[in-house]
Amino acid sequence: MFRLRDREMSRQIMGELEKMRLDITLMHVCGTHQDTLIRFGLDSEFQRIGVDIRQGPGCPVCVTPPQEIEMTMALAKAGITIAAFGDLMKVPGESQSLNEIKAEGGDIRIVFGVDDAVDLARHSQKEVVFVGIGFETTAPTTASALLSNPPENFSVLSCHRTVPPALKAIASMGEIKLHGMIQPGHVSTVIGTAPYEFLSREHRIPQVVAGFEPLDLMMAVYLLAKQQSEGRAEVQNEYSRVVRPDGNPSALRAMRDAFSPTDSVWRGFPVIPSSGLSVRKELEKHDAAKRFVDIVAPIQDKEYEEPEGCRCGEMLRGIITSDECPLFGTKCTPQNPIGPCMVSREGSCHISHRYRRAKKGSV
Amino acid sequence: MCLAVPAEIKSIDGTTAKVDFGGVMRQVNLSLVNAKVGDFVIVHAGYAIEVLDKEEAEKTLQLFRELLAQDDIEA
Ligand code: SF4
Repeated sequence: MFRLRDREMSRQIMGELEKMRLDITLMHVCGTHQDTLIRFGLDSEFQRIGVDIRQGPGCPVCVTPPQEIEMTMALAKAGITIAAFGDLMKVPGESQSLNEIKAEGGDIRIVFGVDDAVDLARHSQKEVVFVGIGFETTAPTTASALLSNPPENFSVLSCHRTVPPALKAIASMGEIKLHGMIQPGHVSTVIGTAPYEFLSREHRIPQVVAGFEPLDLMMAVYLLAKQQSEGRAEVQNEYSRVVRPDGNPSALRAMRDAFSPTDSVWRGFPVIPSSGLSVRKELEKHDAAKRFVDIVAPIQDKEYEEPEGCRCGEMLRGIITSDECPLFGTKCTPQNPIGPCMVSREGSCHISHRYRRAKKGSV
Repeated sequence: MCLAVPAEIKSIDGTTAKVDFGGVMRQVNLSLVNAKVGDFVIVHAGYAIEVLDKEEAEKTLQLFRELLAQDDIEA
């Protein structure tokens, strides 16, 4: 009932789009959207009819800057138990990855969510740091744990970031001319549709909040193309089965109660104002940045070089696609990733690589 | 981390629910939503983050159809 895979309707939408003789560039900011686009071969279908869709800064692990990776490794080296999402393990740091530190005896555990980390702390005498990575979908889960009276030895290294300030940065930097944006369905379940409105108002960018089925994306492109051709710029909600206009109030409240907005560095971007979430002062005993200030603070302001030749920064700003990176699929593969876009399952290079292989294999 | 497919709540115990992802059972935290047994929820990093509105889901396809039909007439 919820799969939305109506072949006839797909054909009809693509037919209508073809008739419009489009030449437009769109951006989305979500690994799951990218997965749908590549897995179903929609990206090339769209390209054929003049619609180029780029993945912007929509992969939480990819936008995590080297400083936060180094902080995590420094905490692990200091003997603290690290609880992190699996995608983080292979991200290359300056000289090592978390995987390598684990192999050397570091106590690093892969968790599926913050509750696993809280459980770990409950059953351990050691300090446990949860590396909180993710946008408004994940931040409320970390917030909820912070607000539920976690054990004394539990703290969070908050690397959470929020999407609208990054969209503002993309629009203001003006490196890429966008004819529309496909907004992330699940971030929007939390924040609603209002936080995107400034983009249409101030930058005249048409927007559609979309779900993750092929038909959702086709409909989003169709609605954007219609806005574009009619000279409109507004926020439409194609994913109304899950996204309410004012989002999820409990999740928003949890985020507000646990975090305060802070300026934050994103990989590939300059500092983006108010785009990060730091643990509120009232909860500072669970803030790893405060609890282990001696380890974390010296790394905060250090500069780190991007891996040589890696073009993740440009990928995350939507300027190039994976295929345009000379290292893609040759020197850089999921087994030996050079940049985070090839590490994370939500990263554009990883997604392109896994389906390119699958397609080749099927020939 | 994010599963695009909604899961059905089979049972609830406090803030924890057992949900069914098309045959695979998982435990999820319900503290961010108001949900009851039989609801479909979107799950992210072990938490339900929203409840799916079944009526809206059925309406979506209908709306798509109407929009496309309208364009065909205009064209
Ligand atoms: S293919 Fe590898 S090196 Fe190139 S941008 Fe992607 S992650 Fe970086």
